[in-house]
Amino acid sequence: MKLLTGNDLPTGDVLWWTGSSWSRHVEDAADVGDQGESIARAEEGARRVNGAYVIDATATPEGPRPAHIKDRVRALGPTVRPDLTLKPADPAAGSWVI
Amino acid sequence: MDKAQTVAPAQAGAAPLDTPQHPQADPGLRRGDAISDEPAVTLDAFLDSQTNATAVRLEAGDDARALLPYLDRIALVEVSFPSFRDGRGYSAARVLREAGYTGELRAQGDVLVDQMPLMKRCGFDSFAPQAEIDPATLEAALTRYENVYQKAADGRVPVWALRHG
Amino acid sequence: MYKYDQYDQQIVDARVEEFRDQVRRRLAGQITEDQFKPLRLMNGLYLQLHAYMLRVAIPYGTLDSRQMRMLATIARKYDRGYGHFTTRQNIQYNWIKLSDAPDILADLATVEMHAIQTSGNCIRNISSDQYAGAAADEVADPRIWAELLRQWSTFHPEFSYLPRKFKIAVIGAEEDRAAMRLHDIGIQLLERDGVLGGRIYVGGGMGRTPMIAPEIKDFVTADDLLSYVEACLRVYNRYGRRDNIYKARIKILIHELGADEYRRQVEEEFAHVKSLGLDPPKAEFDRITAFFAPPAFSTDAPETIDRRDPDFAVWVDQNTAAHKQPGYAIVTISLKPTGGIPGDATAEQIDLMADLAERYSFDELRVTHAQNIVLPHVRKADLYAIWQALDGAGLAPANLDLISDIIACPGLDYCSLANARSIPVAQKIATRFADQNRQRDLGELKLKISGCINACGHHHAGHIGILGVDKKGTENYQLLLGGSGAEDTSLAKITGPGFDEDGIVDAVETVTNVYLAKRAEGERFLDTYRRVGMEPFKEALYG
Repeated sequence: MKLLTGNDLPTGDVLWWTGSSWSRHVEDAADVGDQGESIARAEEGARRVNGAYVIDATATPEGPRPAHIKDRVRALGPTVRPDLTLKPADPAAGSWVI
Repeated sequence: MDKAQTVAPAQAGAAPLDTPQHPQADPGLRRGDAISDEPAVTLDAFLDSQTNATAVRLEAGDDARALLPYLDRIALVEVSFPSFRDGRGYSAARVLREAGYTGELRAQGDVLVDQMPLMKRCGFDSFAPQAEIDPATLEAALTRYENVYQKAADGRVPVWALRHG
Repeated sequence: MYKYDQYDQQIVDARVEEFRDQVRRRLAGQITEDQFKPLRLMNGLYLQLHAYMLRVAIPYGTLDSRQMRMLATIARKYDRGYGHFTTRQNIQYNWIKLSDAPDILADLATVEMHAIQTSGNCIRNISSDQYAGAAADEVADPRIWAELLRQWSTFHPEFSYLPRKFKIAVIGAEEDRAAMRLHDIGIQLLERDGVLGGRIYVGGGMGRTPMIAPEIKDFVTADDLLSYVEACLRVYNRYGRRDNIYKARIKILIHELGADEYRRQVEEEFAHVKSLGLDPPKAEFDRITAFFAPPAFSTDAPETIDRRDPDFAVWVDQNTAAHKQPGYAIVTISLKPTGGIPGDATAEQIDLMADLAERYSFDELRVTHAQNIVLPHVRKADLYAIWQALDGAGLAPANLDLISDIIACPGLDYCSLANARSIPVAQKIATRFADQNRQRDLGELKLKISGCINACGHHHAGHIGILGVDKKGTENYQLLLGGSGAEDTSLAKITGPGFDEDGIVDAVETVTNVYLAKRAEGERFLDTYRRVGMEPFKEALYG
């Protein structure tokens, strides 16, 4: 599947396109098919996202899993500071990234 | 590319830097001179001994020093900024001013408000940006720094000279 | 240390307002990200994996307690309670909002700090020797020249859009504690016939194509320095490559022209530039020099140190260095606890270090390019109290220059440029070698880890270097041996095929075992490698 991701312009938070809006949680990310580029352009023009780009991901029971480790790090947070990630209380979160 | 004619587009901020009321107006700045409307020829064409052109255009990679023997018969040098990230034009401008060039020195192309103060410090006194410049933003940018650390081509007194008189 | 006058302060204050306006215009859509990016980079603001990252400048690594406390305040107020000290003597905050950045810069400006030119294709923070003003081997304090260069390079109108970044280092001794030869311009101060001058090296750098800077000028005096450097930069700005980001550093230009031709062009330009009167008068040099006068040392400070506490004694032996003033010592505070994140410090730790500096070190600290903190002027009599305070805060690992004193970039845990994570590798290696006696037996062993080819972890200059790469979507680590950022500058060589994360830790252990088996009396790891060559290490690694 293809996901569209970027950053929030004022805060820098990692964002995922849900199909209709932007979420900070990769679980909410939708398959954009081949529409990613055009959605990105529209959303960047409206400043609802900054630096959006399309990535590959696989659908899993826990939600979409980005294909590249870099985007999994973006989805969760630094593997070396679990307390600063989006899932500080989840001991399995780190292994999802790696 | 349409840059053979160098009349600056009729856009806000594209006129020569005419700032008679400017609080930092420095004595070396041209005021109110008409923009040269003679077409600027390429460097190669200018160096051709047959030409009597008085306006020449430098591409980003051209060597400004090639013009040094002819400065007193040049009324306009237009320096291209193909991308605002390409900083070669700043050196071209200073080289010309340091050699005593007193004609119009124009920055053309991807010329944006945030770089124009630096361009002015390097000796540019007119601008032909491709995109519109907001005059209020430009004015704020030009007046923001009361002090500069270095001597450059604009005649502004560097801080070290203010410190030691 | 240098203190701002009204002019310095006005310039920094104006910069805050300029950036505030640029951010406003970006958020309002008046400028695009493409137009804004170089502007925010020139204010040290990156967009990284999780948030914006702000790199605050610490000029030549020197700061006082008031500034250090502000760094702690920034961490608490705008970030997540910690900062990361970098290999260019700066500090980075990883969780910054663009919308807060102008206020952060305003807060920094109240203590004479900023984030000017800590990124971008411009002249970056001038770095220097962390022992400047304290070490006995110094010819002159290099920070005086660094401050001259700092002012000259700040908002330099001709050199703000260079082909690529530009890094300058200044040292004041034969011993190179700042990796000077691996900078775009490196300057070594020396005396010739009683006159102080600088030897100028141009064209060093790490990254994709590491190079050691050749000497371009054997002697420049302070009153010619800025004209000479102006000439060096002008040749680069005009002729440096702009077609390929990996070929855009000045080292490539010098490599392609040859050092002799580059020197010729610089000399020609210098002859012209010198006539322009760009150099400040001697009075300005003297004015700056006065800020770096030695502090009011006691002339009768006791030499004896009570070594009865064995842990304290180990720390004294490893983490203190000789000071030029009798009865004093130079302290290195290690930010490399076993299993910790190299170079990170909490706001509380930063505050503690500020307090210690104010109380015990004439209110001065240094950041080292190895991501540690130095208290430059400490009475030997005060060492025990300092150590106790540090030990209570996890700041007393006695590992300066030992294998666990690892330089590591933030890597793929933080950085959008990275190919692999570097911090977990550093943690695993430090844990493997945690035993203090084992570390001391291995001796001086500079291990440096980069998460990508940009080499912010200085892996080319590691006795042992590790480079993280992307091997078909998985993290892989190359091992390099024999680099040095000291005056015996050398570039590390790759051993062979890379390893996975566990494999690289084993590989590091393997090569240390080769060293132990082969070393001669008094040899460091680096010396043994230089004597026996790569073969025995390759053999042990790959069979």
